[in-house]
Amino acid sequence: MPEANKSILPRPVAGDLTPALVQRLACYLKSTSGICVEADKQYLLESKLRPLLTRERIASFSQLVDAIEKNRNSRLADQVTQAMTINETHFFRDRVPFDTLKEVLPPLALRRVQERSLRIWSAACSTGQELYSIAITLEEQGSLLAGWQTELIGTDISEAVVAKARKGAYSQFEVQRGLPTPKLLKYFERSGDEWLIAERIRKRTNFQCGNLLDGQIKGKFDIVFCRNVLFYFEPATRARILSRIATALRPDGYLVLGSSEAMTALASGFRPSAPGSCFYSIGNAASAAAGSRAACAS
Amino acid sequence: MAASSSKVALVVDDSMVVRKVAGRILRHLGFRVSCCVDGLDALEQCRKEMPDLILLDWHMPRMDGMAFLNRLKEEHSGRMPRIAFCTTENQPREIEEALSAGADEYIMKPFDENIIRLKLEQIGFALQES
Repeated sequence: MPEANKSILPRPVAGDLTPALVQRLACYLKSTSGICVEADKQYLLESKLRPLLTRERIASFSQLVDAIEKNRNSRLADQVTQAMTINETHFFRDRVPFDTLKEVLPPLALRRVQERSLRIWSAACSTGQELYSIAITLEEQGSLLAGWQTELIGTDISEAVVAKARKGAYSQFEVQRGLPTPKLLKYFERSGDEWLIAERIRKRTNFQCGNLLDGQIKGKFDIVFCRNVLFYFEPATRARILSRIATALRPDGYLVLGSSEAMTALASGFRPSAPGSCFYSIGNAASAAAGSRAACAS
Repeated sequence: MAASSSKVALVVDDSMVVRKVAGRILRHLGFRVSCCVDGLDALEQCRKEMPDLILLDWHMPRMDGMAFLNRLKEEHSGRMPRIAFCTTENQPREIEEALSAGADEYIMKPFDENIIRLKLEQIGFALQES
């Protein structure tokens, strides 16, 4: 092959992860989870997926991509998604959202006093620390929600991550991240090397496998936590996710976002419930979502 | 991350490695750090300069962490420093004993900077981006 032609060919990357395979993996990830992997992030795919190849004794990236494209619901496909998603989380992460939750619960309970029920959704819940932190916060409201029906739902795209969340068993490292020691003693019990969430807290939660991009969760929610997730998606996908959340929220409900996600919320019609708050009211997001659905239907 | 530069931390541990690692983390979080090898040594240090934070091991020669904490409470009539036990003891009854004795937080070894930072924030240290 002449030298001149060689220079315009894509440069092969480590192993057999060729640019063509990178593109197929990026398409697969975007269509299944919405995760956006740019063409120059070959090294990221290589470093995140190489251990999976070794662990599962798969000879090449080519075989891996063939297998997950053939069966998108396989355990292997789940492992690929899990390897590429960030599961960084800890108990009471950023603290402020949970302090704000304590503040919004009394007026919200007043508005729900007839039905005596609350539904809260932790979207992209990872290994469950956020939903358990919500459950503990509700537990500590004393008589405010006594006798109420509280439905706490956590969803994540990875089956393995959801299984860990359901189990509610955490390592010593995990329980020391964000969980004040008095709460550790009150809501966990030691079991071998792990700490198990108290059964009365675990029973309040319901973890399900679910994709932020499709609409499998039924019913309306009073509060949706979707924190530190949106920035992994491109703007159009973010708007689609927020539109879904707007339709899943009750008109006077709240969306809770991460501290760096204010612009995304504003662009989708949500408004901070108080200046600088990470709790957002639906604002005109519902009508924007309805408009987007009408456009899709037409 | 940095605490106010006026904050003083005292690391009390008979392990040189722990004193070194914890000291480096606390300096990175903005503390001025002193180290002591046991409770007696720490009592002397506290008489000279009362720190804002004491990171306290449990089992040490001459005077252990619990005996040190009780002596410090007896001797010191002013505002107590924040005390975080930092130890390999990791059973609920031991943690409960430490909190009952007056510890503000409890760190189970091994630890990393993230754990120490979150624990210190929980007991009221304002750590800012530096």
